[in-house]
Amino acid sequence: MNSPAATYDLGKLHGGLRLPAEKAAATATPIRDVPLPDQLVLPITQHAGKAAHPIVGIGERVLKGQLIAEAFGTLSAPVHASSSGKIVAIEPWPVSRRRGDNAPCIVIDCDGEDRAIELPDQIPPFHSLDPESLLQKILQGGIVGLGGAVFPTGQKLMQAATMPLDYLILNGVECEPYISCDDLLMREQASLVLGGAQILMHALRLGKCYVVIESDKPEAIQAIGEALATLDDNRITLKQIPTIYPSGGEDQLVQLVTNREVPSGGLPTDVGCVVQNVGTAAAIYRWICEGEPLISRVTTVTGPGVNSSMNVSVRIGTTVADVISFAGGYTENADQLVIGGPMCGKSVTTDRVPVVKATNCILVLNEKNAATVEQSCIRCGECAIVCPIQLLPQQLFWYACADNESKLRSYGLTDCIECGCCDLVCPSHISLTASFRNAKARIHEQADEKARAERARRRFESRNERLEFEKQTREMELALQKKQAKSAGPSAIEEILERQRQKQDKED
Amino acid sequence: MWTSIITAILIITGIALLAGFLLTAASRRLPGDPIQIVDQIDALLPQTQCAQCGYPGCRPYAQAIASDAAAINLCPPGGADTVLRLADLLGRDPEPLAEAAAVASVALIEESLCIGCTHCRDACPVDAITGAHQFMHTVIAAECTGCELCVPRCPVNCISMVPAR
Repeated sequence: MNSPAATYDLGKLHGGLRLPAEKAAATATPIRDVPLPDQLVLPITQHAGKAAHPIVGIGERVLKGQLIAEAFGTLSAPVHASSSGKIVAIEPWPVSRRRGDNAPCIVIDCDGEDRAIELPDQIPPFHSLDPESLLQKILQGGIVGLGGAVFPTGQKLMQAATMPLDYLILNGVECEPYISCDDLLMREQASLVLGGAQILMHALRLGKCYVVIESDKPEAIQAIGEALATLDDNRITLKQIPTIYPSGGEDQLVQLVTNREVPSGGLPTDVGCVVQNVGTAAAIYRWICEGEPLISRVTTVTGPGVNSSMNVSVRIGTTVADVISFAGGYTENADQLVIGGPMCGKSVTTDRVPVVKATNCILVLNEKNAATVEQSCIRCGECAIVCPIQLLPQQLFWYACADNESKLRSYGLTDCIECGCCDLVCPSHISLTASFRNAKARIHEQADEKARAERARRRFESRNERLEFEKQTREMELALQKKQAKSAGPSAIEEILERQRQKQDKED
Repeated sequence: MWTSIITAILIITGIALLAGFLLTAASRRLPGDPIQIVDQIDALLPQTQCAQCGYPGCRPYAQAIASDAAAINLCPPGGADTVLRLADLLGRDPEPLAEAAAVASVALIEESLCIGCTHCRDACPVDAITGAHQFMHTVIAAECTGCELCVPRCPVNCISMVPAR
């Protein structure tokens, strides 16, 4: 029998690292369901764009799958209740995200009944829907990119539909150490993933799909291969790529699979590709074919700081504390809680943070390694060798320290994917990625400030124009009145004066 | 031989004089466009329209700077950064700020106290206060530049400045 997938005609990825996988512990057991918690905390921003608008009130009863916050503004995505219960608060709650520690969340006290909203008796098969209405439908399911960037999938697909496309690429690479949720999902729910791929191909009118998996996941490759054999859809091809971090990055994957380079500041659609995470594909299948919006996801709970590493299927909004206690709790020397992987994740200070759509991993690390002292850059160039974008991190670091915006831009800071490879190889232990992240935030802030100033200037100018216009109209009216009074002649004035005199006499 | 030397000298002198005239004319003409300079200065100012510089808005201040009537260090909301950028643009020496730099803030109307007099609304340079006569007013925080011009106009002292965001 042929092996289900061969590594063939791949493009080359610059740099990258072979990292220890650390995935064995969590992949030893199948996915387990975390029981329904007493309370769910649902942030209204679980996606890349503007916050969703809550449409429920405190005290209101909601059902599982009910829309509780609707998309509002650019790149927004709706939020659905993950279980039935009563809304008890809409308030700031600690969350894990890049900027800021608290975000507004809708808190639901679960009633434990887990009653779902009523579904239509017959869900129409996706073939019967035309691509446009299918895209609209995906928009309403609250589905976002589950690979970590949480870009609203509906919007991404709508943008893609306007471009000439060649390939749909399903990303099952999952190259970051410790994380294995996509691996387990592919092993256990391969048919959902492929069903999602068919829906996506129909929605985008695409005839070619690659499912890409790293070669260190033989079980997932086999599962997808078997599901493909039963599905018998020759539009879908399974591709195997070598295990190198960060080949799971969207642009990197496009380069590897199609040998096309995504231009700086561009998107994969510029070179005719749409990349979707395998988890996203499964979520789309659930929403379109089973009517269940994105209310749960598979997450890896792992690291030396938890008692039993595993992959769990968890309702969105369950707190990390609940998930970790389900996984046997913390070990004695647990020290650091990271949401996401060791390279791109964010360290949080409390386990009250909820599992959100973006949470692909809950990592608990041991006591930190002896603190390494940051030393001066010796300009060895190791960072430039490993950088997958072919940037010059040492130069960028230099300009980030000097806060030189124009140089940072011309050296391609905005193309940095913050993969952390340069940090890892730096012999002087400089935290390069953190400084790039800060520099990006600063550039963003300055642009915001500029936009604000521009808006204020326009408002000021239009106000002045308005005042000037009002002044002129008043003057014109006054002149008109004067003219009328004059043209009426002295007799009219006499009449008016007479009237006033009479009025005064009456009052006296 | 003498004639050729003299011709050469004359030609070179001629070219030098012509180039000199052209360059002088260009240098007089180009930065002499006052509107462009005002625009460039205006683009560097923070557009709070707060009048703390003594001019009724950012553009009037920019005009004053362009005509050498005002110093470049009179803008507290812009802070030291703005002074540096202005010095850079105009080729002047940077000076320390005349007043302490302002912290970004927005106005907040204590709505239970508001009597609906519209004084603050009329004072706002960017139309960031909304409300009608005899009705409660409120500040559109996203548009407020923190200029504080509304604060002294309130007859019941119900406007305070709070840190932005």
